[in-house]
Amino acid sequence: MSSPATATRPSRISRVLMKLDWRSNIIYIAFVVVFVLFAIFLAGDGFLSPNNMLNIVRQTATISIMAVAMTFVIAAAEIDLSVGSVAGLASVVTAMTTAQFGLVPGILAGLLSGAVIGAVNGGLVALLKIPSFLVTLGMLGLAAGLAQWITASAPQPISDRLYVLIFGGGDFGPVPGLLVWTVVAVVVGWIVMNRTGFGRKVLATGGNPTAAAYTGINTARIKFTVLLISAMAAALAGMLYAGRLESGRFQWGQGDELTVIAAVILGGTSLFGGRGAIIGTLFGSLFMGLVNNGLILAGLDVAQQQVVRGAIIIAAVALSRKR
Amino acid sequence: MDDKALTTPVVRMRQIVKSFGPVEVLKSVDMDIVAAEVHALAGENGAGKSTLMKVLQGVHPITSGTIEVNGETVDIRNTADAERAGIGMVFQEFSLIPSMTVAQNIFLNREIRGAGGLIDDRAAERSAKRLFDELGVRIDPSARMEDLGTAYWQLVEIAKALAKNARVLVMDEPTASLAKHEVENLFELIRTLKSRGIAIVYISHRMDEIRRIADRITVLRDGRVVLASPITDVTAAEIIEAIIGRRLASDLVYQDRGLDPAAPVLLEAKDIASSNVLESVSLTIRAGEIVGLAGLMGSGRTEFARVVAGMDRPTKGTLSIDGKPVHFTAPLAAQRAGVALIPEDRRDQGLVLEHSVSDNLTLPVLDRVKSGALLSPRKLRDLTEHLVSRFAVKVADPYAPVNRLSGGNQQKVVVAKWVNTDPRILLMDEPTAGVDIGTKTEILDIVRDFASQGNGVLFISSELPELLAVADRIIVMREGRSYRELVRADVESEEQLQLIIQGEAA
Repeated sequence: MSSPATATRPSRISRVLMKLDWRSNIIYIAFVVVFVLFAIFLAGDGFLSPNNMLNIVRQTATISIMAVAMTFVIAAAEIDLSVGSVAGLASVVTAMTTAQFGLVPGILAGLLSGAVIGAVNGGLVALLKIPSFLVTLGMLGLAAGLAQWITASAPQPISDRLYVLIFGGGDFGPVPGLLVWTVVAVVVGWIVMNRTGFGRKVLATGGNPTAAAYTGINTARIKFTVLLISAMAAALAGMLYAGRLESGRFQWGQGDELTVIAAVILGGTSLFGGRGAIIGTLFGSLFMGLVNNGLILAGLDVAQQQVVRGAIIIAAVALSRKR
Repeated sequence: MDDKALTTPVVRMRQIVKSFGPVEVLKSVDMDIVAAEVHALAGENGAGKSTLMKVLQGVHPITSGTIEVNGETVDIRNTADAERAGIGMVFQEFSLIPSMTVAQNIFLNREIRGAGGLIDDRAAERSAKRLFDELGVRIDPSARMEDLGTAYWQLVEIAKALAKNARVLVMDEPTASLAKHEVENLFELIRTLKSRGIAIVYISHRMDEIRRIADRITVLRDGRVVLASPITDVTAAEIIEAIIGRRLASDLVYQDRGLDPAAPVLLEAKDIASSNVLESVSLTIRAGEIVGLAGLMGSGRTEFARVVAGMDRPTKGTLSIDGKPVHFTAPLAAQRAGVALIPEDRRDQGLVLEHSVSDNLTLPVLDRVKSGALLSPRKLRDLTEHLVSRFAVKVADPYAPVNRLSGGNQQKVVVAKWVNTDPRILLMDEPTAGVDIGTKTEILDIVRDFASQGNGVLFISSELPELLAVADRIIVMREGRSYRELVRADVESEEQLQLIIQGEAA
């Protein structure tokens, strides 16, 4: 059979390119491309200085931690829109409690606020079967309002030096504490996602809930747990905001949910569930920080930054579509 | 045979009753499943086969009755109970996670642990490899499910059940989506499983398969056992009679509808090729004619239908309707030219499952049920009632979701939906797959009626008896080419057609 098919068989290079999984690797390509572009065009603005590099890491730590948790939520085919507000709420709760009762109660209160909200989110989704989109959309407003209400819109300063040292302000020699937090979150997240039964159950629940249930997986419990983890991670992020900025404010974390979700999707996690790329998420988050940083150095004003950021997200997500 | 019948069955079900609310779906069913035997379970859709197996699988707990496994009464209330009892299920709608690998699926929720209690995927892959080697199948355990074809999904399902030490394997329509040679591989595997003492419950509509592979048959009708016998003691006619409960008239027999050989040509395809499978397909369909398209899976039948329906574009050749060349750029263009396609997979491509029967039926013709700019509830209702009665869709409530209907009735909804758009050329891709015999004959009647009104039908089917019953001419496809054309009268037997499809006859 000397069919014309043999003549039109794709060349070796194009076959290699076709085999390459664009969807899961686009983030690394985008990261490198944008990094190189900024390095060339913003070299004079100090883009490549070690200080600026560490700044990017510091500024993205909160996003990275929330995004690692969000990867589990999205891999389970759920969504959590309340993370930004929960971060703001936890920042004021932890600041107020620390001021009143001291360090340890402050830390516990911050985490507890996340746990309570996560349990409410998870309970409504898992037990009452309300879509997580709606539950967490409601919680977004509820938590933000609560944070503003209990503080009467006033910033809550943190004077406890140890708190500031642990949560964000401190450095370990040349290594910023926030970098340590990020690395710990990513490493733990990677192991749990890829090497534990829980991670496998999350992926199965998102990949095919019916099949997961038939296999004996309690999908309701999985949904509850991922939303609990997400809210606790958001609370931790809020506490890191409070540490880095030495105060709790209801505005901390506002709008972060979109950045977090964008970082996860850019990283190659499927919005339809069943796939969760923790390392991709980290780079998605760093990419968002990189873009922010570069646009500020380039002298764009806030409105312009938003336009460019939005365009970049759309372009990257469009490129990461399968076929 | 007699010796085996005397041994204790692996599973003994007695007086099984299952009710959903007031509806009694199973009415005192007895069934014995014997080790190292293939036990066929047959019956029309809605007869209770699936419910009986779901009871055994622990998806639905029984209302009353007893289930014994190896002589001991067991209480199966969930899938974990069934698993412990050694009952495995190969689902018709597969229960695997597409984004995971073969090995990850086989050991899902029972993962093999390595150092520090962490999951060891490599060990799982090695175990899966050993399992496949024993079964004599070749699958890469590290491949992702979504990259594998349907036949592999089934093998992985079987392997998953066996990895859980299943002694009874329930297969629901296992050949529904397999090509001929894949069916042979499956049968070979079933024989291997039998030799290892595993009992198989084989649910199927296909009589030839049941007669080939089964040792014993139980037929259900309306939730009761109407036939239970070793397969050698019954004829195919007796089985079919038990299934449908009335004598088959001449339903699966070709009916000469008095075709006009000089009728105008509706559709002409000349030397059609496409970028995927098609190399050269030529055929004509005249007004009033039903043209059957036969061939193996992968021979290009579906791909050809997609080209005619405007979903894919030909790279070569011409397509003419009423003698005028057409170049469809989109399915809508084909629809405007009077071409309708009833796709192969009704659940994925033919229906919006969560929507009501009424919504599904009226979706392509919303323009007809408007008054002014708005949809008219009265016109919607009238049209729905008209279609439901014209096509005899058995539906309690046309406003309930279509996924509550049986498979056969869902397919009738799909057929009704498209015939009602008044196409002149209807393309049907495996329109009776997974449909019971009663509904099948009704669908064939609808097709004949439709063609007799001066329309053309392209009928794609892998089931030769129905192809021979309905087609006036048969085009056999092979490797992307239209390879033989047979006038119905020239085909002597199913075997002869099968040989031509297989490419064994000159």
